[in-house]
Amino acid sequence: MPYSVIFTNSIFTTETRGQLLISKSGNFETYKRVLKRFSITRLRNFPITKCLLCLRVSVVNWILFCVALPVVAASAAQPLQKGEDIQVEPGLTGNYGGTLVVGQRSEPKTLNPVLAADAPSREVIGRINADLIHINRYTQKTEPALASSWKMSSDGRTFTLKLRRGLRFSDGQPFDADDVVFTFQVYLDEKVHSTQRDLLVIGGRPMTVTKVDAHTVRFELPQPYAAAERIFDSLAILPRHLLQSAYEQGKFAEVWNLNTPPSQIAGLGPFRVKQYVAGQRIVLERNPYYWKADSNKQRLPYLDEMAFIFAGNEDAQVMRFEARETDIINRFGPDNYSVLAKEQQDRDYQIQDLGPSLEFNFLVFNLNDVPADKFPDLVREQAWFRDLKFRQAVSAAIDRQAIVRLAYRGHGAALWGNESPADKLWVDQSLPHPERSLDHARELLKSAGFSWNSDGKLIDNQQKPVEFSIITGSSNAPRVKMATLIADDLSQLGITVHVVPLEFRAVVDRVFQSNNYEACIIGLGGADADPNPQMNVWLSNGGTHIWNLHEIHPATAWEAEVDGLMNQQMVTVNYKQRRRIYDRVQQLLAENLPVIFLATPDVLVGAKNNVGNFRPAVLDPYALWNADELYLRRQALASAR
Amino acid sequence: MKRLYFGIVLFVGLHCAILFPGLLAPYGPAEQNREYTFAPPTRVHWFDAGGRFHLRPFVYAIVPTGDEGYSESTSARYPVRFFVSVAVPNSGQRKLRFFGVDAPGRIFILGSDAYGRDLFSRVLYGGRISVAAALLATFLALLIGTLLGAAAGLRGGLTDSAIMRLSELGMALSWFYLLLAVRAFLPLRIAPLETFFLLAGVIGVTGWARPARLIRGLALSAKERGFVMSARGFGASEFYIFRRHILPQLKPLIFTQAVILIPQFIMAEVTLSFLGLGASEPVASWGNLLADLQQYRILVAYWWMVAPVFAVVLVSSTYFFMANIFERRVQSVAI
Repeated sequence: MPYSVIFTNSIFTTETRGQLLISKSGNFETYKRVLKRFSITRLRNFPITKCLLCLRVSVVNWILFCVALPVVAASAAQPLQKGEDIQVEPGLTGNYGGTLVVGQRSEPKTLNPVLAADAPSREVIGRINADLIHINRYTQKTEPALASSWKMSSDGRTFTLKLRRGLRFSDGQPFDADDVVFTFQVYLDEKVHSTQRDLLVIGGRPMTVTKVDAHTVRFELPQPYAAAERIFDSLAILPRHLLQSAYEQGKFAEVWNLNTPPSQIAGLGPFRVKQYVAGQRIVLERNPYYWKADSNKQRLPYLDEMAFIFAGNEDAQVMRFEARETDIINRFGPDNYSVLAKEQQDRDYQIQDLGPSLEFNFLVFNLNDVPADKFPDLVREQAWFRDLKFRQAVSAAIDRQAIVRLAYRGHGAALWGNESPADKLWVDQSLPHPERSLDHARELLKSAGFSWNSDGKLIDNQQKPVEFSIITGSSNAPRVKMATLIADDLSQLGITVHVVPLEFRAVVDRVFQSNNYEACIIGLGGADADPNPQMNVWLSNGGTHIWNLHEIHPATAWEAEVDGLMNQQMVTVNYKQRRRIYDRVQQLLAENLPVIFLATPDVLVGAKNNVGNFRPAVLDPYALWNADELYLRRQALASAR
Repeated sequence: MKRLYFGIVLFVGLHCAILFPGLLAPYGPAEQNREYTFAPPTRVHWFDAGGRFHLRPFVYAIVPTGDEGYSESTSARYPVRFFVSVAVPNSGQRKLRFFGVDAPGRIFILGSDAYGRDLFSRVLYGGRISVAAALLATFLALLIGTLLGAAAGLRGGLTDSAIMRLSELGMALSWFYLLLAVRAFLPLRIAPLETFFLLAGVIGVTGWARPARLIRGLALSAKERGFVMSARGFGASEFYIFRRHILPQLKPLIFTQAVILIPQFIMAEVTLSFLGLGASEPVASWGNLLADLQQYRILVAYWWMVAPVFAVVLVSSTYFFMANIFERRVQSVAI
């Protein structure tokens, strides 16, 4: 599974407002630069520094020249070697050549697969690296990757993986079990702070990796773990020959940044880095040693090059796609769907609505145990929030269809539970989908001791008006819209809601650190189509147990039941049994409403019509998961020349 | 003279409309019509579908066409009525409106936004908070700027250096983080009136640096002029010189600065709203309305959403116009 559940904010952001702020806050940087320039000009007057400056220019030129030389040489796919364990994709055809241009919202921050956390970095890194066992994004099932086969012991605790033979990294160096052992040593090292480490730690203890022979590795899990083979997805196998010395010197955090020369970066993915131009683009070229071939025994990938250009924000990304400057747009917001759809015929591209994503957005009330002296108002209000009938009334009053229609412009689905319909294998179809009912909501409130004053405002049993604020990330337009719609929905019950859009970091800080909020609209997603990444959300002691963090013991009986069920499903290997357990978890969540589920956005992607084998999927990275199979149709190539 | 009267009428008229939006606006600023999102401006007819003339203008109901557009349904006419009493949703109260049509008809004379709220009403209600806050903030910024700038220019020396370095710091500092900190200290729920003073205060206090630097320059040159020097020679106090001789020379600069700062401060509110310091949904403000225009889709597909731009331009040019007239009059009196 690629990552544990993470907060999503950037997927639909219109980051223009953010840009405005950045340029504003950039003043200080400019100022510093001016000061620096000033001191340099003064220094320049000295004869010695003059000489040194001249030298500096020529040395820089020389370095540039030396670096540029090897880059110019193009890489052709190597013919298949004997003894090389190539994976042949049946039924796959295409033609070689061309550069595929992809627009990215923002620039990647790093090329280090162990430390990358942002979506643009992962989009690039995923194309230059490979994993041992891969989740096919289309079927959502696992398939062999660098490990050609694997065996699980009968107690479910030992995994033995057979590695492909004769494989080479993109710099031509051979790959074997030592690289795998090294890779997991890095991922598991606490000092490295890998973003994926917590997935490799099961029940508080890390898994262990041992080399059996040059092409066999054994993984020992501390306890049985359902769907353990999914852990390996997206864990990039690192070249020991390039990274070991840096790791041993404790400098792993510095390797493979954007300024690392391409010759020092190697992976087992379909592409390798060719060139990075700050602020503009990163160009990848074919990895001539890639380990997959099509049905004609032609080595993949088909594309000569892949270029990621940095658009700056989503609107710019959409405009560049619309202007045919980019070949693929990998996920865009629902607001832009109608804009792109209008030009589809004339501009010879297609956009697709792939249906609901795995992200789920919800309204959460602050149920944390907060000190009464610090937050007196909040403690008083928590008496309402803790009342199940109050939460049920809020849920009944929310017009989810309007959220889908207005916030997602129809490109989304309403949610009544934590699993989106996209998670075909795990969503509990029997969960009820009650219609919006203000009358039902009023009945619930009445039975919970609330009443209405002469102005029509809802008051609690101490005659205090019911009034609270909802915070949400200001850069996520659909979520701000949801909050505004909910405020209007609840005003019909006499509840006063203040919508407070905050900068996203401030939202995360309030929800996870200071607990200083009343209610919040936030989303979780980006994880695998499997229950395990949600462990940290639903377990009462989980790190993302968002409505009540730091529970030492389950606060309620149903939370204790969820704890038991989640732990049980994790060690249940049989799908049907596991599914029954997880269905019960979904029912408990829908009945007890620790958070009020709202909606999930659809995955929207687009590509020019000449992109072959374009098969986008609802799992991250959406349209790019089969970048090794994408190709540009011949006639298009000819006209490009 | 004609120009002056025209200017005054325009100025007063605009400000009445903006400062008392309840009179002119046909709907409340937060009233949603979820089935009419992004409806184009409603057409007001005098001739019906059969070609018959009606003295009282009327509108037709609009129906969604499926592809995010609307068409008119000519089955029923909704005449435009003046001075109507309408119910305010969820409160049981009634309110007098200047014009309106009977439900279920709707009149959006500038179209509707993403929630189906009447844009015309929002522009009017938004103007109240934006214009008033921008005026107050401009006053604050110019007051601080004039006092500090004049002090720096007249006194010179250490005072000058201290104030100017402070202003440089003020311009170079990234206010972003300061504002984040301010937001963290404030309670999440801020009443609209508090929001208003907060906006004006934050914008005014952070905006003094530029005018202060300009005014310092002018004060520097002014204090070297003959009449100032002679006044000083006769033993006039610093304050007297400032009030009697320096301030009149600064007046045109202050006027022009005000005209420049007001629209600029209206825009500054967008940034503050982004940080949760400004007016937030569903409260309308020009900053909020203009922020919607930063989306590509809205610019290309819903042209009527640019209406607030014209409102800002109109109000700003009125200020410019008035400043211009006053300046001429001051000059002609002086001569």
